[in-house]
Amino acid sequence: MDALFLLLPISLLFVLGIGAAFWWAIFAGQFDDTRDAATAILDDDDQAHPGAH
Amino acid sequence: MGTTGTAGAPAETFNYGVVRQFTIATIFWGVVGMAVGVLIASQLIWPELNFNIPWLSYGRLRPLHTNGVIFAFGGSALFATSYYVVQRTCQVRLFSDKLAAFTFWGWQAVLVGAVITLPLGYTSSKEYAELEWPIDILITLVWVAYAIVFFGTIAKRRVRHIYVANWFFGSYILTIAILHIFNNLALPVSLWKSYSAYAGVQDAMVQWWYGHNAVGFFLTTSFLGMMYYFVPKQADRPIYSYRLSIVHFWALAFTYMWAGPHHLLYTSLPDWTQSLGMAFSLILLAPSWGGMINGIMTVSGAWHKLRTDPILKFLVVALSFYGMSTFEGSMMSIRTVNALSHYTDWTIGHVHSGALGWVAMITFGSMYYLIPRLYGRDSMARPDFINLHFWLATLGVVLYIASMWIAGVMQGLMWRATGEDGMLTYSFVEAVKSTYPFYVIRMIGGLFFLTGMGLMAWNTWLTVRGQPRVNPVVPLDSPDARAIPQSAVPASA
Repeated sequence: MDALFLLLPISLLFVLGIGAAFWWAIFAGQFDDTRDAATAILDDDDQAHPGAH
Repeated sequence: MGTTGTAGAPAETFNYGVVRQFTIATIFWGVVGMAVGVLIASQLIWPELNFNIPWLSYGRLRPLHTNGVIFAFGGSALFATSYYVVQRTCQVRLFSDKLAAFTFWGWQAVLVGAVITLPLGYTSSKEYAELEWPIDILITLVWVAYAIVFFGTIAKRRVRHIYVANWFFGSYILTIAILHIFNNLALPVSLWKSYSAYAGVQDAMVQWWYGHNAVGFFLTTSFLGMMYYFVPKQADRPIYSYRLSIVHFWALAFTYMWAGPHHLLYTSLPDWTQSLGMAFSLILLAPSWGGMINGIMTVSGAWHKLRTDPILKFLVVALSFYGMSTFEGSMMSIRTVNALSHYTDWTIGHVHSGALGWVAMITFGSMYYLIPRLYGRDSMARPDFINLHFWLATLGVVLYIASMWIAGVMQGLMWRATGEDGMLTYSFVEAVKSTYPFYVIRMIGGLFFLTGMGLMAWNTWLTVRGQPRVNPVVPLDSPDARAIPQSAVPASA
């Protein structure tokens, strides 16, 4: 299965990359305040306001 | 509205233009791709419908249908929603307008290329990667530009937190780039003919490593990104558990890559590779259902909205189909089940439970949310059409998958039936003949779904006709966004 010598390294590199991103996200405090993160998008008013322009 | 934090500078606006372009493209390609689907479903009932023209024969139109619905309809919807979501959640304009415009025109060129070359018979014969090498190169260029625009926008965000939907979109963009490049490595021998860099079972393994992850990342993680934004917004409630959404993302990202071999059970692929694929496919059930429950429970406490809000109905039913098809998929990757289901129409039913029930329905819901906002309106011109579309689509999916389940199990049982003397009980054509009525039901289901799509196109036309193309000012009043400029201001100011 020669193909696996290609696919496994690619997939492992991908996992490594994902792991690095995960590491960064945790220690950058991305997941510290999950309640606020969830409600923040609701505070963003993207409703169109016809006639307001 | 219309104020900025920086005196003198013109107000930054969101780039809704490219979102609008991709939104209209989604509707257009949806009608085209699904119409081709209904045509080839009819060809299986009335073979005369290929009119003895090679360009219209089933073998050439089938990849046109799959490319049309996956990459044209689904792809355009993903461009539209990811560009919208990344701008709104990062509270910043897209990183580069020119590159964003290139992704639109480049992607449409790819799709037009597919519409021309596939009926002409130019194909690399790799499923979901049929397009020949010149188009593959264009896809690569578009995708790199897409990645630059998307990650560039994330990088210049004015909100500290990266919303979970962006993780899903980001991983899809990154993975599809890798998958596309490695699966399509080929040696061109002429402008429209190339040979794969891999041979035999190696090629099959690379193809299904690509094929399954195309399903996993192009049709699942990306649309989950859509789900994690549009379900909370439409329900006006935060996601049920934000922590679960984070776990959902990382669990999917770590496990999805390894499930591909389940497409090659009982082939010359080494046994342990098959078992690995099967095991990972079963593991996938956990994050998939976690995400499905998370999405549906977001509506918890607001169930009454389902009675009156057809957009929310689309989104919640899409999630139900996501749960159903991920369960079905995990089960079908078990060897003993696969022995019955593989090569039968059950697989076709499973694919459409995911593609129509999950991907298309979550897209419809998101598009109905998006279209009025892109054209400065409160709602779609005909909200009653959305409701009708919902029922047409739901009925269509149910007819489609139920008929294909019955047809598939029947075919599997007929193919494996042996008499006491060990001879096969049925010839292949007997199974084909028995499938005939189910092909008719499937075609009717498809017709329902296509009618709903047509209704959506009409509704969209009524909604956008003569409307202003709004590009709202980026608001500077998010608490997070305000904190950044303040910290940059000297204390004396």
